[in-house]
Amino acid sequence: MDLILSALEILMRWDVALALLAGSVGGVLIGAIPGVGPAVAIAILLPATFSMDPIVGLTVLLGIYGSSMYGGSIPAILINTPGTAVNALTTYDGYPMTARGEPRRALSLAYSSSFFGGIFSVVCLILFAPVLAKIAPMFGSREIFLAALLGILLVVVAHRGQSLIAGALACFGIFLQTIGLEPVKYTSRYTFDQPFLSGGINLIVVVLGLFALSQAFVLLTSDDEKIRLTKLRGGMFQGLRELGRHPRVASVSASFGVLMGMIPGVGEFTAQFMSYTYAQKTSKRPQDFGNGSSEGLIAAETANNAVPAAAMVPLLALGIPGEALTAMMLSVFYVHNVVPGPGLFQNQMDFVVALYLALLILNVLVLIFLLVATKSLIQVVRIPNRFLGVCILTLSFVGVYSLRNSVIDCILAAIFGVVGYVLKRLSLPAVPIILGMVLGGIMEVKLRAGMARVKEPLDFIDRPVAFILFLLIIIVLLVHIIRVLKDRKELKEAEWQTKTASTRFGGLMWRRRNSFLKDHGKKVRARHSRLLRRLTDLF
Amino acid sequence: MPSERERRFVGPRRGQLIFAVGFVGLSVLLISQITTQTQWVEKSKFFAQPRFWPAVGILGMLALAGLHLYRLPWWRNTRYDWWEARKWLTVLEYTGWFMGYVLLVPVLGYLPVTLVFVPALAWRMGYRDKQMMWISVGFAFAVVILFKSLLGVKIPGGAIYEYLPGALRSFFILYL
Repeated sequence: MDLILSALEILMRWDVALALLAGSVGGVLIGAIPGVGPAVAIAILLPATFSMDPIVGLTVLLGIYGSSMYGGSIPAILINTPGTAVNALTTYDGYPMTARGEPRRALSLAYSSSFFGGIFSVVCLILFAPVLAKIAPMFGSREIFLAALLGILLVVVAHRGQSLIAGALACFGIFLQTIGLEPVKYTSRYTFDQPFLSGGINLIVVVLGLFALSQAFVLLTSDDEKIRLTKLRGGMFQGLRELGRHPRVASVSASFGVLMGMIPGVGEFTAQFMSYTYAQKTSKRPQDFGNGSSEGLIAAETANNAVPAAAMVPLLALGIPGEALTAMMLSVFYVHNVVPGPGLFQNQMDFVVALYLALLILNVLVLIFLLVATKSLIQVVRIPNRFLGVCILTLSFVGVYSLRNSVIDCILAAIFGVVGYVLKRLSLPAVPIILGMVLGGIMEVKLRAGMARVKEPLDFIDRPVAFILFLLIIIVLLVHIIRVLKDRKELKEAEWQTKTASTRFGGLMWRRRNSFLKDHGKKVRARHSRLLRRLTDLF
Repeated sequence: MPSERERRFVGPRRGQLIFAVGFVGLSVLLISQITTQTQWVEKSKFFAQPRFWPAVGILGMLALAGLHLYRLPWWRNTRYDWWEARKWLTVLEYTGWFMGYVLLVPVLGYLPVTLVFVPALAWRMGYRDKQMMWISVGFAFAVVILFKSLLGVKIPGGAIYEYLPGALRSFFILYL
């Protein structure tokens, strides 16, 4: 109780209240505009938050992160276009509801589910915080190195069908963070004798290029779409009642969100997929899923909104971000000399709880805002794409230039913007680059520190947590290899089924071996040769 | 008709081969420079070598991108690949706009350049009616007020502000 009171004391400030309001309203707006995700907004606002107190800056960013998914459900339901990437699953059941004349029901159900997911995860984590405070100190250098390695591996294997190139891009991120002056031996690495590279490549410059500028380029080179909006009539409160009729789906989906959010590199997509599959399998009407099922909508929205609070766990407890947005938040901590990790949980537990309480209040604010202002808010989806591109380009300048007033940073951001644009055109992920940069830096420092006391290789995993993490890494690798082999086998089978001609005589003989060896085969061949002989005798 | 391997490929076909070849090429270029661009320090452990992590990164890039290239279902560039590459180059125009904006702000000041930049780019994008022009100007003004005047982000005053009289000069440098 004392802990919660001291956390509330941290939050009882006018600037924190303003940050909560700005974060929640801003996040909903950003989420509601298709084409501007939370990553773009956080990247742009990041340098502006450096001048604020850590709690104020983080509240704004957390607000955007937590509330953008609420806003993202609006275009997903009304115009079948997800506002943020994680709202893609919402379109499956949300849009069919709109199509059959129930947009208000779909929106109110989405808001209620999101609210439940958000509150559930925050309450879980506040209750779980004392346990985390006990576990976190068990993480030394070796354990943090292994956890970071596990995080990178999970991010790579999560990109099914693209894991090779995702791995290559993660390694590119690892390489990028090594550029500049090496901090221990003071030797330069890949600076090509250029002074501007001695300080290294700033993470925020890369983030702004890959997320904000690239998105501006995508919008500037795309066409404007004509949008038809469905009119909303009546109140928005029926969703809360309807959610109450599906407590099992809501609580299981929120639990999936909390669990998946805590694992680095897994995040919203896996949580949504698992909860949606669970809801469909256990539903009395599985045939409705994808055609406007309320359970499907609840599963998708509850799971994705339970993730943001949980995603803060690896960041706060171990200093390891699990995805791009928390990686950006890590830089806010570093700028203020607040080092997230086991020490934070031991010494500044009130700060951690204050952040969770901020998320709790934020969810309430967002729900109130949405219930009251949805009818006016839906107009933001009308902003034309290319004009949005102009706006993002203008705002990106603030993000990059205000960092160090450096033209070189702007040039680098523009280069990464082009790289990000190419990746987007090819549907390749940019997130592994960011996580490679952040986790690569952590791994370098922690491996050096961890190896100082290691005499034999097995000493590295002689502590229980390190051993468990090592086992997890092996399991993840094995599961991935098995999945790749299975995919390959399926591909071979599919190729064989669609093949019209044999390419190898030996292969043909081998496949027809049964026909050659069995009595029936011998009879068939004898009949064929008899017929052939009769035919040749004619000539 | 696309083969099974092509149908199962995640993402569009166009441009994939050019990107993969370019990425492997970059990796080869970087690995060829590793001895000159990093150092091997005597009496230092293997894992603490300054060369260790760049090598991990580049070798990972080379191996994984090489495998990705090898596993690509297409080994020949078609005209669609080249069209895609040309599409990538079209964004250079917008990087030019962005860099022009960056270079002009320290000279002419944040507010004047933004007030010209946003409507000009909106005009270039085809929004020529009065309403959009006014919206552009309003947006430009709001951005400057929000970030520089209210949030106080570090954007230097324009060199041109030096010619303004006393109090107005410091006001412009600080807030606009």
